Amino acid sequence: MPTNDNLVNPRPFLRFLSDAMIERIITEARDILSKLGIEIHNQDILANLQGHGAKVDKSENRVFLTDAIIDAALKTTPGSFKLYDVLGNETHDLSGYNVYFTPGSAALNLLDGKTQQIRKPVTADYVNYAKLVSVLQNIESQSTAFIPCDVHELISDSYRLYLSLLYCEKPVVTGAFTIEAFNVMRDLQIAVRGSAEELADKPLTIFSCCPTSPLKWSDVTSQNVVDCARCSIPVEFISMPLSGFMAPVTLVGTLVQHTAETLSGIVISQLTNPGAPVLYGGSPAVFDIRYETTPMGAIGTQMIDCAYNEIGKYLHIPTQAYISLSDAKQLDAQAGLESSMGATLAALAGINSISGPGMLDFESCQSLEKLVLDNEICGMTLRLIKGIQPKEDFPALPRFEELLREKHLLISEHTRKYLAEEMCLPGKVIDRANRTRWQEEGGLTLVERARTEVDELLGKYEPSRLPDKVKKELTGIMLKEARRCGMEKLPEILI
Amino acid sequence: MDLLKQIAMALQCGDSDGIGELLQQALDNKLAPKEILDRGLIAGMNVVGDRYKKHEIFLPEVLLAAKAMHMGMEKLKPLFLKDEVVARGRIVIGTVQGDIHDIGKNLVAIMLSGAGFEVIDLGKDVPPKKFIETAIEHNAKVIGMSALLTTTMPIMKKVVEGLKEKGLDGKIRTVIGGAPVSNEFAAQIGADGYGYDSVQAVDCIRKLISLS
Repeated sequence: MPTNDNLVNPRPFLRFLSDAMIERIITEARDILSKLGIEIHNQDILANLQGHGAKVDKSENRVFLTDAIIDAALKTTPGSFKLYDVLGNETHDLSGYNVYFTPGSAALNLLDGKTQQIRKPVTADYVNYAKLVSVLQNIESQSTAFIPCDVHELISDSYRLYLSLLYCEKPVVTGAFTIEAFNVMRDLQIAVRGSAEELADKPLTIFSCCPTSPLKWSDVTSQNVVDCARCSIPVEFISMPLSGFMAPVTLVGTLVQHTAETLSGIVISQLTNPGAPVLYGGSPAVFDIRYETTPMGAIGTQMIDCAYNEIGKYLHIPTQAYISLSDAKQLDAQAGLESSMGATLAALAGINSISGPGMLDFESCQSLEKLVLDNEICGMTLRLIKGIQPKEDFPALPRFEELLREKHLLISEHTRKYLAEEMCLPGKVIDRANRTRWQEEGGLTLVERARTEVDELLGKYEPSRLPDKVKKELTGIMLKEARRCGMEKLPEILI
Repeated sequence: MDLLKQIAMALQCGDSDGIGELLQQALDNKLAPKEILDRGLIAGMNVVGDRYKKHEIFLPEVLLAAKAMHMGMEKLKPLFLKDEVVARGRIVIGTVQGDIHDIGKNLVAIMLSGAGFEVIDLGKDVPPKKFIETAIEHNAKVIGMSALLTTTMPIMKKVVEGLKEKGLDGKIRTVIGGAPVSNEFAAQIGADGYGYDSVQAVDCIRKLISLS
């Protein structure tokens, strides 16, 4: 009988592309970047790239990226980086097959918990969201998940970050809507860290920066890449090819486009500041020709996500995807199945930062109730990727002797030692009661259970331990910015 | 913390060793056995039941507490006899004739014993007559029956009818449980209660004999 007690199984994982296929896709993307080039509507960046030897067609804002320039950028791109919470504690090691979940970001609408109707969110909603994320165990970072409508639109990006930094300690996935907003968003972070150097040393946020398909960067988003790189603030590139519309209909063709757009972002970043941290991310989608929509829950979309993650890994760059979310309009079966399918595929593929929890309706609607459901989905997938490992299981004979002797193993030392890590016990949103108990506890639907859970979790919230002095400084910065935009005061909130 | 509270707390932690020592101290301090049982052990067990229902603790913790309770009861039992105070009541329990699936029944027996009841476990494949005769012989207040198979569920009805024939319905209560059994089935066959899990089965029996 074998006596090897050190048997370990590999982490379960998913792969779509062979190395040869990845190499071919990258080669094709390079070919496009060198022969067709990429549009960048930012003269400073074009000048900088020209200075590095790239051919620029100024009349069309087009730059042609040679292999040499792309290779130079890839050479300095970090293979990993870490994130730290507002207190400076490490929370993320974005490397290898490590997996972290973050809520879907920048929704325009909120699915109201009480009415289950959509509406425009306000400051109080955002505060509740930040409080909720701070107690959700399987969501490791915040995102600036939706846009409060009770502040001037010019500060709606920085204001979200301000509220997040005030109410939740977790790092933040965010983004700036204008070039000017970046400065205040940087200053908010410097206030938390104490200095620009400290911020560069311990990143607090990731900025989403989106090229426009096909093969284009706007002035704002390309400048955001540059500004982040200068401050060593991590960037996630969010290339969004639409298969069959603004990209080839085939998944491979879409991957070629995604690769070209993402490589161009890496070039902008690394030629600005070699070594600036980036995530090889994206939010591609297959185009639904029946409804003219961009389904995030489509299997094709999720396959493209997993596959470009493989290309990112091949290039030794940590990865990100908007994948664990749904296009459903309500918290229904579709919402659950699309989000859990995405989360499962993403976790198996080893996407380092998985975006999406809480999100519905093509990334346009956040729901706190969905967020607590998705937190359970995330917990299950995190358990899944731990795989099946022996835990004092060999030799098996003594355990079975104990079972036959005691008639059950419910209070066995072995059970008590490994119960929590072997079993993934979900919260109250997931119903596992027998029918009679379920009925006695109110016969609640999933939406009702999620609603109750949101309230219970908000009751467990403890204020951020960020020092009051820093909180006041953040408010000072935000108020100054609000006044610049014509708002005399910020909405009333309780710290 | 007073001694009874310490006993209740040790019970909640499933600390069988600690219970033994604390009970001895309580007895040395001349506390009445009934007081130790009610305000120490049972008070602790009630907290355990509540916390289980609120999902704050799970079955292993409840069983550990039940085990500690059982140990405590064993220590107090001789003293009860002297004081003529019987445990919370006698329960006859078994898996019905034709059915050998007794896992759930075993769990209920442990929980009942942990809750301070005296349990007479008839095991599995128990004929209706055996349930009734044992209950009468031992002056039991409740008969608990389990079944996993739909084909053996009718045996439960036979026990209920057997008690009725002897004019014992209302005196000896019946509680049923098992995967295919439901509140509706209990009502249909005239059983007094239905336990959907082991902790709730104890609650159900407690209510039936008005001891809670």
